Amino acid sequence: MGHPPSQIKNTVWENRLINYTIRRLLLLIPLLIFISAMIFAILKLTPGDPAVILLGERATEESIELTREKYALNKPLHIQYVKMMTNFFTGELQSIYYKENVITVVLKRMVPTLELGFTALMLALAVSIPAGIISAVKRNSFFDYASMTTALFGISIPVFFTGILLIFLFAVKLRLLPASGYGGSMFTLEGIRHLIMPAFVLSFTLMASTTRITRSSMLDVLKEDYVRTARAKGVRESKVIWKHAFKNALMPITTNVGNQIARLFAGAVLTETVFAWPGVGRLAVNAIFRRDEPLVFGCVLILSVIYVVVNLMVDLFYGAINPRVRYE
Amino acid sequence: MVEKTLLEPGKSLSQEESAPRYAAPGEPSSPPVSGEPSSPPVSGEPSSPPLPGDVMAEHPGGLRKMKEAMGILLSSPTAVTGLVIVLFWVFVALFAPYITAYGPMEQDWKAPNQGPSMAHPLGTDELGRDIWARLAYGARIVLVILPVNEKIWLPGGTAIWGVLAALFVGASLGLISGYKGGWLDEIIMRLLDAMMSIPVILLYLIIVAALGASAVNVVIAIAIVGTPGVARLVRSLTLDIRTRDYVRAAETRGESLFYILFMEILPNAKGPIIIDAMLRVGYAIFAMGTLGFLGLGMPPPSPDWGSMVAKGREFILVGSPWASLWPSIAIASLVVGLNLLADGLREESMRYQ
Repeated sequence: MGHPPSQIKNTVWENRLINYTIRRLLLLIPLLIFISAMIFAILKLTPGDPAVILLGERATEESIELTREKYALNKPLHIQYVKMMTNFFTGELQSIYYKENVITVVLKRMVPTLELGFTALMLALAVSIPAGIISAVKRNSFFDYASMTTALFGISIPVFFTGILLIFLFAVKLRLLPASGYGGSMFTLEGIRHLIMPAFVLSFTLMASTTRITRSSMLDVLKEDYVRTARAKGVRESKVIWKHAFKNALMPITTNVGNQIARLFAGAVLTETVFAWPGVGRLAVNAIFRRDEPLVFGCVLILSVIYVVVNLMVDLFYGAINPRVRYE
Repeated sequence: MVEKTLLEPGKSLSQEESAPRYAAPGEPSSPPVSGEPSSPPVSGEPSSPPLPGDVMAEHPGGLRKMKEAMGILLSSPTAVTGLVIVLFWVFVALFAPYITAYGPMEQDWKAPNQGPSMAHPLGTDELGRDIWARLAYGARIVLVILPVNEKIWLPGGTAIWGVLAALFVGASLGLISGYKGGWLDEIIMRLLDAMMSIPVILLYLIIVAALGASAVNVVIAIAIVGTPGVARLVRSLTLDIRTRDYVRAAETRGESLFYILFMEILPNAKGPIIIDAMLRVGYAIFAMGTLGFLGLGMPPPSPDWGSMVAKGREFILVGSPWASLWPSIAIASLVVGLNLLADGLREESMRYQ
């Protein structure tokens, strides 16, 4: 349009957006401190001498003493914490097991995790959004009941159940797919063959909540006056559903999907374990069991921060899809 | 700030409050079937005339409320289905010694890894232990007893205690946060948000790995992980309820903070909290299964569903899936039951608004 008043409005809006973004980013700092302090505190509850764990049972007294010195393990807790945080940010925090910088170790595992996660999410969205819309439009129909029941099972059935069932059927009985493991990049045949089962299992859990939310927010919107008006005007039903209803129902769906994306980076701990998928989730679990304290600390911290940042981006994305959103 | 509440618009108010007028004791309640799952809350008088007072008067106090709650429950087929499944497991857990032919640790070296048979209805595991017996005794740990150590145990299952603890801490924080507002609210909610950003399963694992795998520590983990969610819910309910007249009245009377929070606000928020708690018990059972599956379940000989899955998994590739399938089904069915119960109750209580 280009009228001066609307331009002024736009600048105000942009300023607010920038302010909002900066404030949210600043909030990351206390968040980071709190999360790291909490993880640190829990880790310190673990019995045993970290220096001994670090070096193994047969280490000499001397080397243990040196390690304590190096990681400030003989200092009070708050100094140990500060040391760990500084080490984390300077990239000196090393995994005990991998003997490598924690951040590098985590980032290396990101690729399989994201391959699995995004394939599963795409699968889930491709099924659940149409299913949710149809369920809402044809409320109380057979389809509605069927998809809602499936969704309920999706939330309730543990991943190891579906995983085990699929492995038993497709790997043991039918010998169609490999039982577990990573077959290389998802752009190769072997990679895809390995990806199918875990992606399906993971998408089943993601599907459930999106279907339910799509259905309930569509039901809300379909009751609105503007939908009735559109229908009364004689707008085609498909257009009413897609343009008038679905567009307005998108907000809660975006929240949900955004949340799922934010969680994808943490890897699907269970799916990765069941299928021996070399992702971040399994890395974290193994680190916990190996008592690889620095890696656990780094892993959880990185994953939490990614979660917060992705959620922030989703919040900002709202403004793009819904002009009514105001950032204060 | 984009406000994201856990609530759908229709379900934010106390649901039990407006329910009594419809749910006549004993009468199969037939509310107007306009009940969209998210119909806007109708304020003011309900459209149909209230029942004669004497019917209510016959059942004073708690009994009447129980009957009303049952009325809501029984009018939803979904909730009844869920209730039946949950009660089945409670029954199995309570009467485990009477409905199993073997003990949970009893081994039969001659019959390991068998499929279902007459002698062992669900088959046996790798040590020849009866899977049905282990499932039944496993249900006890989840639902009816909390083993503190080898000799002492408390009534109420591990999952139940965990959720109760989360409810207690979460509700207290949520009430204070929502009622007081201001910087206190800001700090509490920011801290809880931070906790929520830690991946749930990892948080469970770290806590239980640090404290050691035992039922009490699992309770602690469930409580810590569940607290932020409960607090958020209770806070949003409190924000709404604190503007009501009866809260103003209590303030004017000069009631203590404790009284206002726990006697005025909390009882009026209990509907959504109860439904949320049921879902949470489901999550807790899920979490216990996950912990067991990943190797942090109850210490070995004790029958832990998750550990049973993990152990049985090793034998799938050699073609005997039973030992891991049954406990998976047990976990799934119990969680499905709780979800159905919560879903049914939510839809049903929404109709009364």
